[in-house]
Amino acid sequence: MLTLVGRRILYAIPIAIGVSIVCFSLVYLAPGDPLQLLLPPDAPADAVAMIKHAYGFDRPIPVQYVLWLWRVLHGDFGVSIATRRPVLLEVSGSLYNTCMLTLFAVPIAFVIGYSFGAIAGCFPGKWIDRVVTGTAVMGVSLPNYWVGIVLVIAFSVEIIALPATGMGRGGSAGFNPLVWADAQYMILPVITLAMVPIGILARSTRAAVAEVQGLDFVTTLRAKGLSESAVIRHVLKNAMAPVLAVMGLQFGYLMGGSILIETVFTWPGSGFLLSKSIINRDIPVLQGAILVLAMIFVATNLCVDLLQAMIDPRIRRA
Amino acid sequence: MTLRNGRLGRALSLATAITASALIPAQANAGGGTLTVAMTAGDIPVTAGTPDQGFEGLRFVGFSIYDALVRWDLSHSDKPSDIVPGLATSWDIDPVNHKRWIFHLRDGVKWHDGCPFSADDVIWNFGRMNDQKSPQFYTQQYAFNRGYMTNFDSIEKIDDHTVAINTKFVESLFPYTMSYVVMVSKCRAETLKYDWQAFASTPSGTGPYRVDRFVPHERLELVPNKDYWDKNRIPKQDRMVLLPMPEASTRVAALLSGQVNFVEAPPPDAIPRLKGAGMQIVMNTYPHNWPYILNFVHGPFTDERVRKAANYALNRDDFVDLLGGTAIPDYATMPPTTPYYGHPKLYKYDAERAAALLKEAGCLPCNITLAMSTSGSGQMQPLPMNELLKSQLEAVGFKVDFKVMDWNSLIEIGRSGVVKYENIDGYNGSRALLDPVSALIKPVAKAYWSPAGSNWGHFYSDDTEQTAQAILTEFDPDKRLALLTKLHEEESAHAVMIWVVHDLNPRALSPKVHGFVQSQNWFQDMTPITVDP
Repeated sequence: MLTLVGRRILYAIPIAIGVSIVCFSLVYLAPGDPLQLLLPPDAPADAVAMIKHAYGFDRPIPVQYVLWLWRVLHGDFGVSIATRRPVLLEVSGSLYNTCMLTLFAVPIAFVIGYSFGAIAGCFPGKWIDRVVTGTAVMGVSLPNYWVGIVLVIAFSVEIIALPATGMGRGGSAGFNPLVWADAQYMILPVITLAMVPIGILARSTRAAVAEVQGLDFVTTLRAKGLSESAVIRHVLKNAMAPVLAVMGLQFGYLMGGSILIETVFTWPGSGFLLSKSIINRDIPVLQGAILVLAMIFVATNLCVDLLQAMIDPRIRRA
Repeated sequence: MTLRNGRLGRALSLATAITASALIPAQANAGGGTLTVAMTAGDIPVTAGTPDQGFEGLRFVGFSIYDALVRWDLSHSDKPSDIVPGLATSWDIDPVNHKRWIFHLRDGVKWHDGCPFSADDVIWNFGRMNDQKSPQFYTQQYAFNRGYMTNFDSIEKIDDHTVAINTKFVESLFPYTMSYVVMVSKCRAETLKYDWQAFASTPSGTGPYRVDRFVPHERLELVPNKDYWDKNRIPKQDRMVLLPMPEASTRVAALLSGQVNFVEAPPPDAIPRLKGAGMQIVMNTYPHNWPYILNFVHGPFTDERVRKAANYALNRDDFVDLLGGTAIPDYATMPPTTPYYGHPKLYKYDAERAAALLKEAGCLPCNITLAMSTSGSGQMQPLPMNELLKSQLEAVGFKVDFKVMDWNSLIEIGRSGVVKYENIDGYNGSRALLDPVSALIKPVAKAYWSPAGSNWGHFYSDDTEQTAQAILTEFDPDKRLALLTKLHEEESAHAVMIWVVHDLNPRALSPKVHGFVQSQNWFQDMTPITVDP
């Protein structure tokens, strides 16, 4: 198992380097100029040159990459062009706010999605399967920003029960999810955020459980006289590996924050930060945020790989 | 949709009536309440001096915390606003040197930190924005103020309450430029050892509001500066909370649910719903237009007949209908209430004439490539508006190829100019027409040819060039007004743009909000507002 862990970590290193190259260079492919955030359209050439030099944009892109990577390896992600605040501070603050949503959305999505999917998989073709599958398709198909707006209209505008936007009366500073005055601001974004993973997980779990149900060893278990609950336990355990992979992916997506949901609810998370950085061409923030989120994704996948190996001996032997 | 005569007049009357409905006198209540504003900005504008986020940044943050030497009179809704004394009580041109302006500074003004305001502060602020060798130099503010420093050469102290600003060339309209340059406290900056990030968290200006609480990216809470030098502009509300809320439907929901009580730019299709819920909808004409800026070097628009054809092809009333009455037709650069509007040539909808002009110019079908954005500051509803524009242009013989892009990509086209983008025949960029130089001179004068200036398409004609020069060297206000009017009329005669609409800048206010006067300006005075509990 230790060999496997070491091998997986080694695999993650080139992925991380690749991600850093991609996230650095991708932002330069987009049209637009990071200096337009700072300078007026009719800024004279000497002013443009001065600002380019001050922000290091006058160097060749490979040189900028090497310098950036060197600073990143030393924990310095640079400063935001827009706010002059350290990128790491910007990214960590927004990531913390997204985590607030994710930590509530993940258990809701995983428990509901997995349970519904398992039930549907155990009764393929039955009415409950059709209900769950139909609901899951709806969950996946409805645009989540639209769901968010509908929820706001229903619960904030028509019946003024929950706040429509923001992160508490004082903002994220001092936000406490365990206090109702703050927690109520999370309810609509958490529900909206959980919708898609519920649908995806329910469908994946249903497919995995139904597939395992048809395998020979399940027939053998039943022939040997095992109780149905014991058979189901075996089925669920065997169906767990592919479901875990989907859960890992969904967890990564949720940690990345949803640009649309966080914009609809003005939730100051990583998705909202990314959206602002893209619009403003705030390249240091964009690069820092993408890199951190990509690393979270890599780490999540690593964890999922290891979990799968723990559950399924065939993976360890592969 | 059909052409309806008198639409402009009715729209203006409606706008005035709606605005007038908002001029409810501020109620005398024990507390002024909390005004919570949902801005369209995606972030809290920069607080350490001149803000980002365009004029919305100056509107809510810049001119709340800080003052400039010159300020805009925002106290009226029934006439265009003009500049009035700010931190300078008056200014005059040196009679023997027309490149030297004397600014007489206001006595008795204090910064929020308690230090007195003097000429040294003004000199220090210009160093902060211009002098890379000064300890207070701040790259961000250098960049943010470049557009206002085009003609700045040097500054000198005459005495504790008088400074002289030397310009690079003679410019009679220079004081307008000084209205955008806000002053920050030297005292506070020195205490913080020029840590501008710390300054941004605890800014100090001379403005009517002090910063009470700042949560980056989320909220800025301002409280009245009870020692403000203009006693008439000490804020009447107890607190103003600024929230960035870029999503229009979110702003509407926040207003309807009572989370905010003042919303910028509600979408036109939400206005009936807001009115039905008892919200006040206020709008007014202001110096904004939504035109196409044209290529005068390559392509069909080098021919004046084609430019005129494009203007005749547009039925602007249809655009007003599309926007639910939140705009007025735009037939010339400036809105009709502008003092230098004059009698420009009005290209009212005439499809037959447009087709005839295209035929005369030998441009049928007239293939044009236009750049447009999907959204952006001041861009209104670019997708449906441009669909309508395309259909109307093609109805008379144009063949329109749109290059659709995001706002920043369009800005890149606007910044680089026609030399780099010679295949673009025009781009759709909304314009702020606040001061006469930006409004009239920059789009046509040769000195402002892109990429050095905002004459994107390199327009040139002898008459506009001579008039523009005459304006810059004319110091008699009446004669200058006559010249500005002449230039406005000349620009129309040459059809220097495709004019479409002027925005009316709608805002939605809770019925609890009183005292707001929507001036004919990009900036607004928030100080008279009170909010019922």
